[in-house]
Amino acid sequence: MKNADDPNYSNKIGCYLREGGYSMLKKSCKMKPEDIGAEVLKSGVRGRGGAGFPAGMKWKFLDRKSGKPIYLICNADESEPGTFKDRQIIHKDPHQLIEGMMIAAYAIQAKQAFIYIRAEFFEGARILESAIAEAKAKGFCGDKILGSDFSCDLVVHRGAGAYICGEETGLIESLEGKRPNPRIKPPYFPAVLGLYQCPTIVNNVETLCNVKHIMEIGGDEFAKIGKPNNTGTRIWCVSGQVKKPGYYEFECGALTLGEMIYDVCGGLLPGRSLQAVIPGGSSSKILRADERFSGKLKDGTEFDWGVEDIPLDFDGPMAAGTMSGSGGIIVMDDTVDMVEAMANINAFYAHESCGQCTPCREGSLWMRKITQRMCDGGAREEDADLLLSVANQIEGRTICAFGEAAAWPTQSFIAKFRDRFEEKVKNPERKKSSLQLI
Amino acid sequence: MISKKNSKVVPIVLDGKEVEVPEGINLVDAAALHGKEIPHYCYHPQLSVAGNCRMCLIEMGTPMRNRETGEAILDDDGSPKIGWVPKPVIGCATNVSPGMHVKTESEKVLGCREGIMEFLLVNHPLDCPICDQAGECRLQEFATDYGRGYSRFVERKNVKPKRTRLGPRVTLDDERCILCSRCIRFCQEVPKDDVLGFVDRGSFSTLTCFPGRELDNNYSLNTVDLCPVGALTSSDFRFKMRVWFLKDADSICPESSAGCNTTVSSREGELYRITPRRNDLVNDSWMPDSGRELYKSVKSDDRILSSHIEQNPCTTDEAMVEAIRLLKGKNIGIVGSCKSSLEEQFLVNQISKKTKAKNYIRGHFAEDDGILLSADRTPNLRGALVSGFTQKYPKDNLLSLSQSLGKKQVDALLVIDEDLDAAQVDAANLDGVPIVFIGTQANTTSNRASVVLPSLTSFEKSGTFVNRSFYAQFFRQAVPGPAGILPDLSLLSRLLNGLTEDEEIIPDQNSVWKLMNSVRGSVLKGISLTDVKKEAVLLDSSKWSDLPFVEAKALHFEPIQKVEA
Repeated sequence: MKNADDPNYSNKIGCYLREGGYSMLKKSCKMKPEDIGAEVLKSGVRGRGGAGFPAGMKWKFLDRKSGKPIYLICNADESEPGTFKDRQIIHKDPHQLIEGMMIAAYAIQAKQAFIYIRAEFFEGARILESAIAEAKAKGFCGDKILGSDFSCDLVVHRGAGAYICGEETGLIESLEGKRPNPRIKPPYFPAVLGLYQCPTIVNNVETLCNVKHIMEIGGDEFAKIGKPNNTGTRIWCVSGQVKKPGYYEFECGALTLGEMIYDVCGGLLPGRSLQAVIPGGSSSKILRADERFSGKLKDGTEFDWGVEDIPLDFDGPMAAGTMSGSGGIIVMDDTVDMVEAMANINAFYAHESCGQCTPCREGSLWMRKITQRMCDGGAREEDADLLLSVANQIEGRTICAFGEAAAWPTQSFIAKFRDRFEEKVKNPERKKSSLQLI
Repeated sequence: MISKKNSKVVPIVLDGKEVEVPEGINLVDAAALHGKEIPHYCYHPQLSVAGNCRMCLIEMGTPMRNRETGEAILDDDGSPKIGWVPKPVIGCATNVSPGMHVKTESEKVLGCREGIMEFLLVNHPLDCPICDQAGECRLQEFATDYGRGYSRFVERKNVKPKRTRLGPRVTLDDERCILCSRCIRFCQEVPKDDVLGFVDRGSFSTLTCFPGRELDNNYSLNTVDLCPVGALTSSDFRFKMRVWFLKDADSICPESSAGCNTTVSSREGELYRITPRRNDLVNDSWMPDSGRELYKSVKSDDRILSSHIEQNPCTTDEAMVEAIRLLKGKNIGIVGSCKSSLEEQFLVNQISKKTKAKNYIRGHFAEDDGILLSADRTPNLRGALVSGFTQKYPKDNLLSLSQSLGKKQVDALLVIDEDLDAAQVDAANLDGVPIVFIGTQANTTSNRASVVLPSLTSFEKSGTFVNRSFYAQFFRQAVPGPAGILPDLSLLSRLLNGLTEDEEIIPDQNSVWKLMNSVRGSVLKGISLTDVKKEAVLLDSSKWSDLPFVEAKALHFEPIQKVEA
């Protein structure tokens, strides 16, 4: 994103070429596809969509022997509450994504690539369409890319407006024109049985952009950015009650959560104090401001952190029992009613559950009904335990990771803010809450 | 009946016990083979796997292997170390592999089941007292077996439509639906009529027909049988009878030569419904809707309920004496029926042999749907071949009889359940020819007949049908016949006795089978009635491979390929 906010930089191809754009595609097209895969594997770049799975590894799982066509899909269905990084890339530097995708397509020998963009990104889709047209005109994508034998068509597909379309197998179903019901794994691993039952790679926008940078500096060099196992840079999206919310790109682990909130984002609003932080989009587990975490990292170093000391990379939040997810940091100060916040999150997941499998379908709506009742003045003593039990009955038993995404917030809210839930029982506000749930 | 086609077995460890299971099957079926129930809703052995109900969650592990060398990693005691999958897996989508370990009764598994049951019930209306499915409902069964026993749900339940018409025969109660998608997959995969789908999201998802379409294919009622809960109900059976009052009889559908295995349910002699019975060799678990309506013929207006002489009611004895008087010593023509059981056809043929009568038989043909409604719309045409009643393949008419009558070669007729006018027999040729009619339903021939002897429908008697694949299948009596009607076998054996004064054949299945077994060259040799009662028996059909059978390729049926000379 180094050029994105330069006032002299636009999302047109001219600007991109001026900054050396598409030279990496030229370089890559002369390489062997396997070598690109090897570079990406060496770089250790981890998926930026939420799960943090190494992208190079994902590519290695691809079934190349089936004889079926291979597809590349860019997941631009950015819908995790608190996350708005892919949108920035698409709006401000779409050619970076296109170049990254074409390199990736060449590496996995995909003849057809898709950008699955969420329905609400009208402008993003328009920008991508025109960027692809520009790139095609210059021979950077489409037939016989840069005069080589390699052709790969790139198509923007606008989503149908559901959070679950961001789940990779749900996305594939949606792209096929069906309801985005996630598929069961096994047997439907996208790398083997993906789009139209063909081997398919689905990567996040940011991940695919990184492919371009890996080719620019090489896998080994890329691996030196950030920390081991947490390579490269990440775009963090900070929202909530900070003075300067927004998106910020940093090397992985270069700063802590505290530095992000107080230094980069200008701290909290005057007179407020920090109550909680959700570090990686609404589905990651919440952190309470006065929590402390201690233990041993994978490399053996011991740590003893407060919330503000958690390094912003993949493994830091993981060590604190949560995750960096999609990089959506949501900051909550002391004015936030935690039960209402919970109700809001539950309303989101109940609304977005696809309804295919039982635990998530029934559990998410049940949790929503409980928290809504609590906010409406009907809280009961046993509700906190009930919520926790319902969440535990969802986690790990669903077809896709939505189950965890819906269960983790509740589990962590109850674990860390049980006092607020109990308070609601003692002081029920007998009024319709001001909260407008979906 | 579940077919045992796969002979290769693999060893697995099921709840600590080493067992062998057929290769490639899933854990739900594998456990069932060894008496362990893995409860499930969405999984159906004859449909694709959806994996959405999550009821069959179990713990599974496989022997760990060294990544580099591929050698098995051993535990301290030398047994293979098992890598348990951290999350529970669904049994329906997990196929067995050698050495796999499975826990179906662990605390974790029971916890999963309890959780899923609770979730399935939170928005379920619990209207069992007015639900047709009550008594045969998986939700009731598993709630009792695996449920918590009390509800923790105090919120308002979702409200959905209670009586949606999905098609002419199926009514949907959306509130009861657990969204297992069995009905959707069935429509896509068996009748290939993709009309059902879900609309809306999450817990508000609702089953519905595609706009402008309805569930009106001839297999729509199978969705009712498939439905594990009371969401899809048969409009015909709806609110008619509590299922626990019903008495079930294993029967065979008499609609066509497909020979669908059925369960005929009755209460106090009254028929209420016909449902398919699983047979992996014949009809899987399906049957056409049209076959389910046939029980209505038992109480139809045209049913013949008493014997008649010249249209005047009389006792069976009187009618029998008159029939024997009319037929005795004449050149009899016998019109057999492809609807009669194998045993009846055999007895009719005995009569024919003893009286040197000429045999005629008509086939009833219509369009083949390529699934379970075959072109031959009689259940036992092949029985007529097996019993020796005919050697030729029946035509869709009785023109040969008409000609024989015209040439005065036949001067008395014994007609079994056939309509001669409809079979293109010239009415003028029938003048002066006495007719003895045996049948269930009145038609032009019974109206013309000198003697009418009523007989029983296949729901009121037992017997054997030979289906299109030459499977001999036994059907059992579901309800008693109307008062005063003799069973067909008794009727025929008395007729035989009266016409020939031979010693009487004891009119029961066993004696008739003994006689059939003793016929020289019969394909029934070595097959006992007990075998046929147990399961479908495949008969040797090579004798008839040249006949022009009309059935098209269909579910579990391949037409005989004629070898070009």
